[in-house]
Amino acid sequence: MPPAATQAMQTSLGSPSAASIGFFFLIVLVTLVITYWAAKKTKSSSEFYAAGRSVSALQNGFALAGDYMSAASFLGISGMVALKGYDGMIYATGWLVGWPALMFLVAEPLRNIGKYTFADVVAFRLRQGPVRIASAVGGILTVLFYTIAQMVGSGALIKLMFGIPYELAEIIVGVVMLMYVLFGGMIATTWVQIIKAGLLLIGVTVLTVLVLGNFGFSPGDLYAAVATKYGQAALEPGALVTSPVEAVSLGAALMFGLLGLPHILMRFYTVPDAKAARKSVLYATGLIGYFYVIIPIVGFGAAALVGREMITKIDKGGNMAAPLLAEFVAGTPFLGFIAAVAFATILAVVAGLTLAGASAYSHDIYASVLKGGKATEEEQVKVAKRTTVVFGILAVALGIAFKGQNVAFMVGLAFSIAASANFPSLLMSVVWKKFSTAGAVASIITGAFLSIGMIILSPTVWVEIFGNAHAIVGLKNPCIVSMSAAFAVGIVASLLVPDQRAQEMFEDEKLRTYLGVGAE
Amino acid sequence: MTRIGTTVAKSESRAHKSAHEVIESEDFKALVRKRWTVSALLLAALFITYYGYILLIAGNKALMATKIGAVTTLAIPVGVAVILVAFVLTAVYVAWANSSYDPEVDRLKKQLKQ
Repeated sequence: MPPAATQAMQTSLGSPSAASIGFFFLIVLVTLVITYWAAKKTKSSSEFYAAGRSVSALQNGFALAGDYMSAASFLGISGMVALKGYDGMIYATGWLVGWPALMFLVAEPLRNIGKYTFADVVAFRLRQGPVRIASAVGGILTVLFYTIAQMVGSGALIKLMFGIPYELAEIIVGVVMLMYVLFGGMIATTWVQIIKAGLLLIGVTVLTVLVLGNFGFSPGDLYAAVATKYGQAALEPGALVTSPVEAVSLGAALMFGLLGLPHILMRFYTVPDAKAARKSVLYATGLIGYFYVIIPIVGFGAAALVGREMITKIDKGGNMAAPLLAEFVAGTPFLGFIAAVAFATILAVVAGLTLAGASAYSHDIYASVLKGGKATEEEQVKVAKRTTVVFGILAVALGIAFKGQNVAFMVGLAFSIAASANFPSLLMSVVWKKFSTAGAVASIITGAFLSIGMIILSPTVWVEIFGNAHAIVGLKNPCIVSMSAAFAVGIVASLLVPDQRAQEMFEDEKLRTYLGVGAE
Repeated sequence: MTRIGTTVAKSESRAHKSAHEVIESEDFKALVRKRWTVSALLLAALFITYYGYILLIAGNKALMATKIGAVTTLAIPVGVAVILVAFVLTAVYVAWANSSYDPEVDRLKKQLKQ
């Protein structure tokens, strides 16, 4: 008989325990040792931005998975399944399906054509100045919103788990992740991601096994326990997918947004060639797919064993479902481990975002535009590091500024911008001969500002945050509109203002795109 | 691959071609076409799987809520299946690329002037 949580359990969440502090310090120590080792190897820009192209496919697979499996997906989705039931699983599925699309459309050409960033690819045949700037803007906007969401979420989580004041949590996150990026560049951040991905997967696997163990290793019995407590509705699709248009738009944002996330796309330059890039997507898809298959078990387990009341008591968003479950099935030490892993997850993702944001300025704007591609190695690394510090300080400042705000919509916004501003121009640049400078700039600007505008006018912001009665834009996720518009504008502008030189270069570029000849 | 005539065959397989010659060659064009065809097919399969799943939920909640076990709904294994199919599609692409795309890439690269 599965044990039932008949009384509200006591939890040590919210005050630092020996286990959580111990694990946390251990993880930070190990990652800082790695940073020190990485720092000795990080001298050139190729090492700072792309780990000297020395990362193997399997390592990159873990790093990609690590970059993608944020605290939001771990705690957020398990919490959603715990509180809302099946709808959390729909969300989980959506988070995975971008990866095959990434493989089929973008992974190999990206690696072959570019050097350090995705803007390299977009601007390859076109006029560097305008396109680099536009791409960098699209990239920085994506990273900015994503980072704010991560920083605000992480401050709240750390406060919940460790009882540390919000502002202090933000500063700790900022300082530690800056050390990874500043001193160890891409080498350090890659290894931090690999370790964190490993720990996360181990932690969630153990959690899943322990949960199922409580139900005789029968998922059916687990679901039965949930249904008994909260009704059959917990196992059925609910209100998340109401209108087909909303559903398709959300799906499009999740699927194509991935293909425009700068911190993910950057990782493709750390492997030696396109074949390794391809394999790393396969590994990443396997790891992430596994994660999203078992996460719902954690969610249902939390609902059945800990109970929704307890979960919402600690945090009404449901973010503490997984840590509470860890404590329930294996006591404070396991809770400490999960809490430390969640913290490491936050650090690693913010580090990756900072590196991506900094390189959008230092590589795309400074080195390529301001210095016309003629900056020395020394200059490039110096500027990259300075930009990193600026970005890190900005991240902490914004995290503190947005304290307590409901910033969940910012992740959706980041994905929308990525899908609308970054992805269309990237794809068209690779496959369409007539894509011109004007087309690229128009597409990116349209995608970015239409996304932002429509989300501001949507129910999530206009009604829930600004308090208006009715939303001007009905769609919660405008992606389907902004992405289509970005493609349309890109096509029309390219036809109206053609780029002769770009068209001539298209054929020659093919040797590099498809055979990898001349790739960096 | 079928060749049209021996003279064409000779110039197609001759080594030390210029970049331009390789790009213009039938083999290269066929490679590019094949790559995008495979991508398009797999992408279509992905779309059908994922958007089919989403639209099925949006359109026919009752079906997805049907119990297939004591309590387990159809929706649960279907959701897991979508994730598995997505992974299998990536594996299919890699298998195709390893067995068909890469050898052809190597062959064409060898044709280039050193």
